[in-house]
Amino acid sequence: MTSRGTRALCFDHDHDLNVALKRAVAWSNVDRDVPGGLILLDNAVVSPGAGRRVGLFVTCLVDLMRPSVGFAAVKLLEDAGCKVIVPAQTCCGQPAYNSGDRAHAKAIARQTMAAFEDCDYVVAPSGSCAGTLAKHYPELFDDEPELALKAAAFADNCHELVGFLVDVLGVTSVSARYDGVATYHDSCSGLRELGISSQPRRLLATVEGLKLVELIDNDVCCGFGGTFAAKYGELSDAIVSKKTANISATGADTLLAGDVGCLMNMAGKLQREGKRIKVRHIAEVLAGMTDLPPIGEPVGGTRP
Amino acid sequence: MTSIITTPRFKDNVHEALVDSRLQRAMHHAQNFVPRRAAAVARLPEFEALRNSARDIKNHTLAHLDLYLEAYEEKVIEAGGHVHYARDAAEARRVFLDLCETRGAKAVTKGKSMISEEIGLNQAMEAAGIEAIETDLGEYIIQLRDEAPSHIIAPAIHVTRDDVEADFRKAHRDLPADRDLSQPEQLLAEARGILRDKFLAADIGVTGANFLIAETGTSVIVTNEGNGDLTQILPKVHVVIASLEKVVPTLDDAAQLLRVLARSATGQDMSVYTTLSTGPSRPEDPDGPEEYHVILLDNGRSAMLGGQFRDMLRCIRCGACMNHCPVYQAVGGHAYGWVYPGPMGAVLTPSLIGVADGGQLPNASTFCGRCESVCPMHIPLPKMMRHWREREFERHLAPATIRYGLGVWSFFAERPALYRIATDVAMRALSLLGRRKGRFASLPFAGGWTQYRDLSAPEGSTFQAQWRAKSGAVK
Repeated sequence: MTSRGTRALCFDHDHDLNVALKRAVAWSNVDRDVPGGLILLDNAVVSPGAGRRVGLFVTCLVDLMRPSVGFAAVKLLEDAGCKVIVPAQTCCGQPAYNSGDRAHAKAIARQTMAAFEDCDYVVAPSGSCAGTLAKHYPELFDDEPELALKAAAFADNCHELVGFLVDVLGVTSVSARYDGVATYHDSCSGLRELGISSQPRRLLATVEGLKLVELIDNDVCCGFGGTFAAKYGELSDAIVSKKTANISATGADTLLAGDVGCLMNMAGKLQREGKRIKVRHIAEVLAGMTDLPPIGEPVGGTRP
Repeated sequence: MTSIITTPRFKDNVHEALVDSRLQRAMHHAQNFVPRRAAAVARLPEFEALRNSARDIKNHTLAHLDLYLEAYEEKVIEAGGHVHYARDAAEARRVFLDLCETRGAKAVTKGKSMISEEIGLNQAMEAAGIEAIETDLGEYIIQLRDEAPSHIIAPAIHVTRDDVEADFRKAHRDLPADRDLSQPEQLLAEARGILRDKFLAADIGVTGANFLIAETGTSVIVTNEGNGDLTQILPKVHVVIASLEKVVPTLDDAAQLLRVLARSATGQDMSVYTTLSTGPSRPEDPDGPEEYHVILLDNGRSAMLGGQFRDMLRCIRCGACMNHCPVYQAVGGHAYGWVYPGPMGAVLTPSLIGVADGGQLPNASTFCGRCESVCPMHIPLPKMMRHWREREFERHLAPATIRYGLGVWSFFAERPALYRIATDVAMRALSLLGRRKGRFASLPFAGGWTQYRDLSAPEGSTFQAQWRAKSGAVK
């Protein structure tokens, strides 16, 4: 399907008329002077992301704790033909927003919107942060109509990484290999705010060597909840303990999800319980970038 | 019991609940509601459309609440009943006790009513020397145990069958020791036997209301045991106590709401009994009360109408939010410390007892959003919990450590260049510290986290620093 052999992704252009129409609308908004031109309903068309400037909102946890997820996201986006840019950024402001500190949340939101102003899309490897950009920014400014409009326009272009690949770019497969049995946890914001559910499963199904087993109560929170995990540690612990029991019950050797916060919580609990389950962000597996140790494991794989 | 508010001690309550193995066993069964609701919803293709319609009905009613309340009152009076408005809990109790006193009532049977819990009616009756008899099986059990309900539709969900048998053997003095009570049906039969005499001897019957219908002046209750019917039909006086947002315009509207209520609550298509009462018994009726009174409670609700918490007034008390809440599932309802538990309680409690006392509840949420996703009335529960956090923050009620931490974090988050340099230095250092194990079993300032789980160490240099170095090299 793809003309460039190095591309790791496949696209299906006429599998769904809605996707095609959505794409047509998106295309009408970008520079038409795209190399190779555009024939929408033709399977010979490559790189639906070609010519699109995608701003990577890397998210503070990926930026600080797990940069490799950011590079995996860049690879996936570039493989889809996107031009990836990374404006100077910090955090989406969710910690302030969810702590009731609207003033700081607004300041950070204004800063983020300005930083990504010239991007066609803003994509984040996190349902939680993407949810903040796409669902909560307009709400945050509901007492300032002009900024609310601006935030709504900004929000329309914000996406979670895997949802963006599948729903907007029409990516149907990746070329990656991962030898193992994995289970997938549906992080709350991605699932319920953005409808990320089938997309990761569709792409994981195309990873060679990977067998996906479903997790009981996959739609139940892992107990992370940002500051909740520290503020209500005992309660958070009770919730994550149920989660790790369910993860163990799958028999999977790998746990995947789309949010580093949830992953750190579940990895931290699995490790405290002495369970040897590898924990990774889904982007690492989809991009075939699993050379670095799993979350919370040392380089070289030695165990204490 | 309900008048003691332990909400400010929420964290202690949580601890006690988590180490209570009997409670944990009981809470395990509570999770049966989740698949039952899912199955009921799956059986009804128009469920989503009904949800939207249910939301719209309540929104319309709330926008014209004054008109519908007047219309409702007029119809109740037309049917021969009486309406008493009560601004707060104390007024509602006084109205009720006056009714008892003037009628010389000594024994009062009660159907399940959360408003009765909210106003502390049983305690008020006890103080006035009137016997309150709970007739809902769950309420009857917790009354024996001197406890408050731990769930708005399943008040005794925190007790096991064994607990109930032990309670009955203790309280029912005439119960032979060799009587088999090993099956739930046998427990039900035992309670029914005791309650039958009480129903017949009661002077007044009290029920709540799921809906009040303005078109006809009718109150509607839904039950599964039939105790509500006996409560309101057998005594000479039937008193309905309900909060004012229970009113809906028409019978059709109530019918629509009923279609989402039981499905969301227990996963039943309908509850076993849906009972409509309009006024006292008419001459041609074979039975029914001689008097019919409605106590309409405001208790802060009219103030909610004009503010950020208005959507909460759509709540039809199905309990789906708590059934699906990971926090409620972990600790049960008593930990919330007052009448209303779970996500709806986390929004309602600060409205009713004040944010200074109730503020813990809207904070103790991961904002996972499962409550909102199952709410038949589309109430944005996480959003309203966030509104409470905003009020706390504005009033400096949030803990100093949180405020201080947020301040420092915001300082950096609003300065991207400084942030990039500072975080890169910090992450490199942390990464070095945690290199051997790849994680920390404990770390200063992260005790809230590392007390329960390991903290993964950062990889090293931050993404932004690496990206900048890389793109600088390319250029």
